[in-house]
Amino acid sequence: MFIIKHKKIFVLISAALVLFSIVSIGYFGLKLGIDFKGGSLSEIEYKTARPEQKVVEDAIRPLSLGEVLIQQSGDTGYSIKTRAITEAERASVLSALGPDASEKSFASIGPSVGAELVRKSILSFILVSLGIIFFIAFSFRKVSKPVSSWKYGLIAIVTLIHDVMIPVGAFVILSHIFGTEVDTLFVVAILTILGLSVSDTIVVFDRIRENIRTGQFKTFEETVGRSIEQVFTRSIATSSTVIIVLLSLVFFGPQSTKVFATMMTAGMFFGTYSSIFLASPLLIMVNNTGKTKSK
Amino acid sequence: MWKTRITALIILLIGVGIGFFVYKSEMSHRSLAKGVAPSGVASFPFRLGLDLSGGTELVYHADVSKVAASQIPDSMNSLRDVIERRVNIFGISEPIIRVQDGGFSNAGEHRLIVDLPGVTDVSKAVEMIGQTPVLDFRIENPDINKANSVQVGKDGKATVDLGEQYVPTPLTGRFLDHATLDFNQTTGEPIVSLQFNDAGSLLFEKITSENIGKTVAIFLDGQPISIPLVNEAITGGKAQISGNFKPVEAKLLVGRLNSGALPVPINLISTETVGPTLGIQATTAGVKAALIGFLAIAIFLIIWYRLPGMIAVISLSIYVAIMLAIFKLLPVTLTAAGIAGFIISIGIAVDANVLIFERIKEELKNGSSITDAIMHGFSRAWLSIRDSNVSSMITSVILFWFGTTLIQGFALVFLIGIIVSMVSAISITRLFLKTLNITKTTKFTSFLFGSGLSNAKVVLQK
Repeated sequence: MFIIKHKKIFVLISAALVLFSIVSIGYFGLKLGIDFKGGSLSEIEYKTARPEQKVVEDAIRPLSLGEVLIQQSGDTGYSIKTRAITEAERASVLSALGPDASEKSFASIGPSVGAELVRKSILSFILVSLGIIFFIAFSFRKVSKPVSSWKYGLIAIVTLIHDVMIPVGAFVILSHIFGTEVDTLFVVAILTILGLSVSDTIVVFDRIRENIRTGQFKTFEETVGRSIEQVFTRSIATSSTVIIVLLSLVFFGPQSTKVFATMMTAGMFFGTYSSIFLASPLLIMVNNTGKTKSK
Repeated sequence: MWKTRITALIILLIGVGIGFFVYKSEMSHRSLAKGVAPSGVASFPFRLGLDLSGGTELVYHADVSKVAASQIPDSMNSLRDVIERRVNIFGISEPIIRVQDGGFSNAGEHRLIVDLPGVTDVSKAVEMIGQTPVLDFRIENPDINKANSVQVGKDGKATVDLGEQYVPTPLTGRFLDHATLDFNQTTGEPIVSLQFNDAGSLLFEKITSENIGKTVAIFLDGQPISIPLVNEAITGGKAQISGNFKPVEAKLLVGRLNSGALPVPINLISTETVGPTLGIQATTAGVKAALIGFLAIAIFLIIWYRLPGMIAVISLSIYVAIMLAIFKLLPVTLTAAGIAGFIISIGIAVDANVLIFERIKEELKNGSSITDAIMHGFSRAWLSIRDSNVSSMITSVILFWFGTTLIQGFALVFLIGIIVSMVSAISITRLFLKTLNITKTTKFTSFLFGSGLSNAKVVLQK
């Protein structure tokens, strides 16, 4: 089978992608949005054309709001980021910008609310990870030969890390280009990818163990190869249906969920890719190293 | 056979009925004139979150530091009721007011969350909630040295720190039944009369009986406005505030008190507002993405899976109708993230069908007849369908616990979607496939059950 024959290449591709993601995360860093840091963001739209950025900066400076970040947004607007501001300060910003400016949306998140989201995100990440690890452990509870079941579980987790790292890497690069920041939907995307991609890997492994039980193929390599062949179409088909709807969200959906949908698309794609091109080759490699040791 | 067909027909009709309900209720709700109370099916509109309908969310921190721990839940509930009444006076449709208890994740902060759909004037919203008075009764602090709390300033004026001299009692604005404006018979000075409810009357009686000969301070918005001397225990729950009011001030205060007085002080910590145009844009885009996604899936299913694909499309349409009806009936608050969750759930709902069809194909390859293949295909696919959804269910339950409106909107829709999709794919698709009752295997049927570029390889059973 093609994939098994060239397993090293596929594992290397995955490793390279993960490494690239880690390096980008380290280099660009994850920019936290106001959801987590606290702060305020107003989307201002002008009736006709927007004034020069300097005009806006000069209008806001006397209000002493601390560090103010002004970016162009849309055709006739600016987005203005400051620390969390009070209602009175918000009103003063609006009046400073003049009658042509109107507020499309405004959010001011207090630092304590931001801190809460950070805590909740970390906690829910841990809970989802634990839940999925228990689920993997439950799925592979029956001992099987020649590879012991905890190794299946370990590879499933490695694959999962792969499936999450690559979309995060993609996000970091997107965020560097478009200035998008980590918001609550980012957390939702990561956790949903965790849930969706693990099932593909489990399906492949299930089939491998089913074929080991029936014992119709001679070697472990052949068993794995044939199992991949058997689930190949269905894995591709099931994730294509999800990717189809996700792409429709990316291209036609609301602005607020575009980055989310893009991350999910990457997650679905690499989730399916990894169940076929990473998890199974890894399984054979783990099996092989086990053999050389025992010799 | 006829039994199966009739059941299938009934299911189909129910599906159409649900779809009709969704359509009809939405249309009749839209055609309602503003201010007319909805009735019949029109009373089940989609409930849109603030990011879609436009509106404001205000998050307040409730300062419960002065309230005994056992009293906190009651105080928070009464806080919610008071703000709800306050907001209702301003005629805002369907405000959602929630309290969030202090816990690990928010560092023990008790919060009040006020969602005001359609309100995009934050200043006005903040102002109208800010006008709600905080009323509480305090008694003399037995531990304080009275001499110390009196400070003589450089200008010779003595100031008394009343905040420290008095300690809070359980009697707060939440026990207030109503307030009225009276005038002192002799001086003509305006007086605000308070009438407590039954529980409040008993509390007031207890407080006054324990403090005869002492003063009891009435604090409004954290400031003492009246400090009467208690001469005797007061039964009947009547108290008077005589605080050098001008008649206009007194009248205003009575109005504010009657719309409810807060048991604990609150301060605004977060504001979010979405303008109406942005909300409409997001809704239109969400609906568009859902329609295009659905059509793309339908085309994919019919081209790739042919006859079963066609059946999957029918089953998927029923799934969509059921989901939309659930959104209306529960009701589920739809946000942009929720619509995304729904769209993704359509993709996942198809997954179950795809799993079944792939299993059927395998069975056909192994030489089963079409009827047998359908039967075995379903029973074998069920385990995979269940397994592949467990992890997503784990995720959505935890996300729901996460609690912010945005994420709950996604998690709830996603969770309902997964559960409904499993049931509908298994039962509806199977029923329809059975109904076809294909017993003969011909070139045509093997084309119909084929997929992709190849026809089904059916070994004729003789």
